Amino acid sequence: MTLLQVEDLATHFFTRDGVAKAVDGVSFSLDRGEILGLVGESGSGKSVTGFSLLGLVDPPGRIVSGKIVFDGEDLVKGGEPMMRTLRGKRIAMIFQDPMMTLNPVLRIDTQMVETVLAHERISRKSALERCREALARVGIASPDERLKSYPHQFSGGMRQRVAIAIALLHEPDLIIADEPTTALDVTIQAQILSEVQKLCADTGLAMIWITHDLAVVSGLADQLAVMYAGKIIETGETGRVIEAPLHPYTKGLIASVPQGQKHGALLAQIPGTTPSLLNLPEGCSFRPRCPRADAACQEEPPLGALLPGRAARCFHPHLDERREALAS
Amino acid sequence: MTPILEIDAVSKRFVKELDVAERTARFLGSKIEPLAIHAVDGVSLSIGRGEVLGLVGESGCGKSTLGRMVAGLTTPSEGHIRFRDADVASLTGAAAREAALKIQMVFQDPMSSLNPRLRVDEIVGEAPRVHGIVPRKETAAYVDDILSRCGLDPSVRRRYPHQFSGGQRARIGIARALAVKPDFIVCDESVAALDVSIQAQVLNLFMRLREELNLTYLFISHDLGVVEHISDRIAVMYLGRLVELGTAEDLMARPNHPYTQALVAEIPTFETKKKQYSAIKGEIPSPMNPPPGCHFHPRCPHAHPRCKAERPTLREVAPGRFSACHLNDEGAASTAA
Ligand SMILES: Nc1ncnc2c1ncn2[C@@H]1O[C@H](COP(=O)(O)OP(=O)(O)O)[C@@H](O)[C@H]1O
Ligand SMILES: Nc1ncnc2c1ncn2[C@@H]1O[C@H](COP(=O)(O)OP(=O)(O)O)[C@@H](O)[C@H]1O
Ligand code: SF4
Ligand code: SF4
Ligand SMILES: [Mg+2]
Ligand SMILES: [Mg+2]
Repeated sequence: MTLLQVEDLATHFFTRDGVAKAVDGVSFSLDRGEILGLVGESGSGKSVTGFSLLGLVDPPGRIVSGKIVFDGEDLVKGGEPMMRTLRGKRIAMIFQDPMMTLNPVLRIDTQMVETVLAHERISRKSALERCREALARVGIASPDERLKSYPHQFSGGMRQRVAIAIALLHEPDLIIADEPTTALDVTIQAQILSEVQKLCADTGLAMIWITHDLAVVSGLADQLAVMYAGKIIETGETGRVIEAPLHPYTKGLIASVPQGQKHGALLAQIPGTTPSLLNLPEGCSFRPRCPRADAACQEEPPLGALLPGRAARCFHPHLDERREALAS
Repeated sequence: MTPILEIDAVSKRFVKELDVAERTARFLGSKIEPLAIHAVDGVSLSIGRGEVLGLVGESGCGKSTLGRMVAGLTTPSEGHIRFRDADVASLTGAAAREAALKIQMVFQDPMSSLNPRLRVDEIVGEAPRVHGIVPRKETAAYVDDILSRCGLDPSVRRRYPHQFSGGQRARIGIARALAVKPDFIVCDESVAALDVSIQAQVLNLFMRLREELNLTYLFISHDLGVVEHISDRIAVMYLGRLVELGTAEDLMARPNHPYTQALVAEIPTFETKKKQYSAIKGEIPSPMNPPPGCHFHPRCPHAHPRCKAERPTLREVAPGRFSACHLNDEGAASTAA
């Protein structure tokens, strides 16, 4: 059942140096209980996409066109009043830095109870009970003790768990998680991934997991959307995308990770650097770095459905290798 | 393997300053005091000429502190670091300067380690000119040569650091280190801030330069995947101590120490099916108040009474493989292997 349908979303920043099309015609959809991995390198527009869904884009940026249909209602049309009623309640966000959510000078119980009471009229006692449950759900062992602590008494991993617990307080339908484990150590990251996985399976919570790390989401997300220079350039079921990427950029990204490669051998590398949004090449934005580029690519490729459930924005996708992968 | 560098029972202690949250809390009346930290605790290692030794471990385990001591940027509280048989800390005069040039460090954030007011040719050319490594007249040609070796077009020599992308700044940082003709480079999270596609370019550059210039690296990273790829041997640290050491492929294939086993199991890898994350429990303990005995015991699935009481020593458990875990002398090594 579709929970969120984003259609042709465009969020632009009107800067002194020109218009930065940070999000430029992004479309995807998400079912209840589903995890979408939104991946791409820095500056590709992942965070701005997340902020747009929550109506949190500040000037000089604004949503210039498109639809964000959440549970049947268009949030772009509904504007700030509608976004405000949903934000923190039905759609919550967690950030790379949990201190964006946590207040350093308030005890955890104080800030969590306030959060509950901001949207709901229930007794303080039942609010506190709700907080305790939320902490337990993210794998915090002694919630009562934690509730009486201040954020500084926690490690980075524990702070992030508390931030996730706060996001869960109103039992949202959707959580947008922007690089939530990027700053954490691998063993702590694995703990959080395991809690999140359980949470989505048990509660039907949907998630958009934003990250630059394709390997991390590959084991977590149901669907992947890969961004490059403000556009989604490839989407599909996670396993299929990892196994046989269609877009030359996705293929290059996977190949440049030192994994399963011959020890000490030179890594496959994508030449060049990510382009500035203020100075994008004509046609396909990936053209100057693409080994398959030809004259056709001076036009802008559409996001075309190339296979069932798979789409890529490319005139010369890697369909051939896919057949080989299937055959072997 | 002739060692070029020997780290001999080196320790480093700090008094920890308070962070913002802690200062705020103290201001509001909490009893928080600065504490002593044993950042590096009795580490011994030797690195062979031309070798790449990877140093991994989670944040705060002492990797950077060890790297800074090797590069001579800070001195050990105890123990000795010998570079080509000479104790680095006790050298003086010309010998000290020579040693300081021969070991260079490449940092994580090139922006904060490059002077924003200097142009690229000044950043790269200054030290070799000052130290008389190349005659003044030849500096320009020398700088151009190093820039091209590092994959930068020499025509960028008059630009400032802010005019470059992250990947190019990383290359400038490397060029600056190479300019004084070092034998040994400490790479501290040198690719951590880079996007994957750029990270691959810079890793390739490190590998190529090593071949061309016969360099030795101490390659520090929290990313075991990166370290595995580039290193000949890998050293694993946990809370200031060295817990395992071995050749890269063997250590990854058969980690001995339970902590290394957890690290290897949890490196994010490409999956084509949903992964069942089954993380080891517990948090990384505070280095200010480390658990007694084996520092890893509160998180270790194999912990037993001895682990709380006695610090395991690092010893050879197979040829060329060292591990600091009690399981190895209790005939139970098979459970750890
Ligand atoms: N406040 C802003 N002013 C101008 N441009 C911005 C602003 N915020 C974001 N952008 C533009 O949007 C692009 C995408 O940013 P972001 O979504 O944060 O990237 P990502 O999260 O993928 O790293 C940036 O490269 C930048 O050009
Ligand atoms: N200059 C310093 N003053 C006080 N404490 C320090 C200093 N440098 C490092 N530390 C502490 O020493 C420990 C090890 O730090 P570091 O070597 O940076 O670890 P890593 O590089 O593995 O993350 C940490 O607990 C850190 O807070
Ligand atoms: S459209 Fe052309 S340039 Fe763009 S990714 Fe496809 S082949 Fe490469
Ligand atoms: S010494 Fe004990 S606690 Fe430490 S790693 Fe070995 S089994 Fe685990
Ligand atoms: Mg971002
Ligand atoms: Mg460090």
